[in-house]
Amino acid sequence: MESTSHTFKDNAHDALGNAHLQSALDKMRAGFPQRRLDAIGKLPEFEDLREQGREIKNHVLENLDWYLERYERNVIAAGGHVHWARTPEEARQIILDLCRKLGAKTVTKGKTMIAEEIALNDFLEENGVIPIETDLGEYIIQLRHEPPSHIIAPAIHLTKGQVEETFREVHTNLPADRNLEEPRSLVAEARTMLREKFLKADVGVTGANFLIAETGSSVIVTNEGNGDLTQLLPRAHIVLASLEKIVPTLEDASALLRLLARSATGQDMSVYTTFSTGPRRAEDPDGPGEYHVVLLDNGRTGMLGSEFQEMLRCIRCGACMNHCPVYGAVGGHAYGWVYPGPMGAVLTPSLIGIENAKHLPNASTFCGKCESVCPMKIPLPKMMRHYREREWQKKLSPATQRFGLKLWAFLALRPPLYHFFYAIAAQVLGLLGRRTGGSFYNLPLAGAWTATRDLPAPQGRSFQEQWHQRQKQKKAA
Amino acid sequence: MSARDDILGGIRRSLKRGALGGERAAQLEGRLANHPSGIIPRRSQGLDRKGQTALFEEQAVEIATTIERVASLRDVPKAVADYLQRFNLPAEFAATPDPLLDKVPWNERPLLKLKRGKPSPTDAVGLSVGFCGIAETGTLMMLSGPDNPSTMNFLPDDHIVVLPASRIVGPMEEAWQKLRQAKGGTAVAATMPRTVNFITGPSRTGDIEQKLEMGAHGPRRQHILIVEDDSIA
Ligand code: SF4
Repeated sequence: MESTSHTFKDNAHDALGNAHLQSALDKMRAGFPQRRLDAIGKLPEFEDLREQGREIKNHVLENLDWYLERYERNVIAAGGHVHWARTPEEARQIILDLCRKLGAKTVTKGKTMIAEEIALNDFLEENGVIPIETDLGEYIIQLRHEPPSHIIAPAIHLTKGQVEETFREVHTNLPADRNLEEPRSLVAEARTMLREKFLKADVGVTGANFLIAETGSSVIVTNEGNGDLTQLLPRAHIVLASLEKIVPTLEDASALLRLLARSATGQDMSVYTTFSTGPRRAEDPDGPGEYHVVLLDNGRTGMLGSEFQEMLRCIRCGACMNHCPVYGAVGGHAYGWVYPGPMGAVLTPSLIGIENAKHLPNASTFCGKCESVCPMKIPLPKMMRHYREREWQKKLSPATQRFGLKLWAFLALRPPLYHFFYAIAAQVLGLLGRRTGGSFYNLPLAGAWTATRDLPAPQGRSFQEQWHQRQKQKKAA
Repeated sequence: MSARDDILGGIRRSLKRGALGGERAAQLEGRLANHPSGIIPRRSQGLDRKGQTALFEEQAVEIATTIERVASLRDVPKAVADYLQRFNLPAEFAATPDPLLDKVPWNERPLLKLKRGKPSPTDAVGLSVGFCGIAETGTLMMLSGPDNPSTMNFLPDDHIVVLPASRIVGPMEEAWQKLRQAKGGTAVAATMPRTVNFITGPSRTGDIEQKLEMGAHGPRRQHILIVEDDSIA
């Protein structure tokens, strides 16, 4: 997907004025956080499980090469194939080549963020293979030619009226006077349309929530069952996953599963958690005849050993965006690339470069809510600050801001000068303030700030001056 | 350099070390061999058979699964017939080849017609046997194989599952233990079935305005018959 992250400010501005989006976001803000709270309220061990989850992933990251090799060995032992891809281009090509070898015309797809990351759909289409999204939300946005706006609820930015409109436009073989007012009828219509596609597909592509080193299994988690029909019915199952999805054992996967659904949707478990190992066995009556795993790096090895390593613990639950005031105000599309919200503000610059992500690390109020709900205890605000520093070093922040901060830094390093200027500024502002009734509703160079609030005017003397005066008075007394 | 070598080399460079060997590799090997369990939720621990069955039922009902307890396999035909009648479903339905279903006296309900094997896309109802039930979350564990085609878990609109109470365990870890034992010890890698399904309730989606709707792609309803007869393994 083409990134528009560098225009976050404009994107956000548009989002705030979009009435459909704002109504959809209202529903999200009311839904996810409460359901998460209810679910973890019923599990007293939740905090300890977070700590444990963090440790499991840290252990994996420290030994990632060893676990990957073991994982690969077990996939092969089970009759599957592992393909390594450094870049999105390599990953796309591997998948296209597999489709060609299998003579595949249509590919059903379970929800995978990695496929978005490598822009798989467009590439397959350009090369004559038709990709069909099967997750309801993904199906809707594919019909609308839109990117997902949330990592677990891709169509969360849409109202049911918009979905109805799309279905009427696309499902033209159905009676025009059918009733599609309720979500129920929309779900039923999508189910019927997609059932046919499932049965006809040649290849099924899914992502993976976890890859298990011990068994060579890939794990997918869904509520709809679309991922399962995607991987069971076609002749081949291709798993597209990034390197850091590895966990050592079935027990480790279980430990993380206890965190995933509770943090994501507030369920104890998602409806379908499926462990797939190799192709169907000789005696199996169903299942895919071939099983391939494409392991994508795309910049992740470079995050290891850096201040962004901890981001690789992410299990893509979406809790950080569900609780983020910025995401809640502007939605996912404003972030301009595949991963929105706080996790996106860290991951996007890591994967496509800070030059292309520009203001994303600033898309935060630093309220700290994301870190406090993250099941893997990822210090998201700290990492956004790292990026702000880099952005500064690379001279990517706006010129006025740079000038202001530099001036401030120059003075702050020279206390006598600082006091001198500060005292003057306080007096001048104080004088001006008395004229305007004690506060400013407009200040030069701070127009954006005063557009929505007034700045109280200083009293005419700085804190330091007053402090010194008081100390003197004390001594005198 | 191949992508594989490049990636593995990149990881080692980033972690500022070479390939792991010696003691460190032996430790990792040991961790896989022991596959230690971590924190297990207290609610699923230390329960007897009755407690486990009760917890399983309580959790399953919460996620919109329906449960009926029957005393023995002899009661299964009536329970199935009643269910089909309640929802006005056809008397002919798909059923897996699982040998446990051979022990059910189906002839007592001559109107019921079982089509043994994997389901066809038009089958409205499917009947399977559960490998085990996980009380912690009311989850069914289903294994693929000649006895239980995985498509039965997804294609029919109504999924009925026969689950002996003796197969209900506490937490997820005990379910893995059961699989490891069933497959003869701890070397689960070589004997893992192609598909292990954890199923926690009927299919659903919240993708349209976060309103929960059942039956997105998998079964709209899930019904579990718990067979309390202790003599069934
Ligand atoms: S950063 Fe944390 S909260 Fe956000 S998606 Fe990843 S695991 Fe979930």
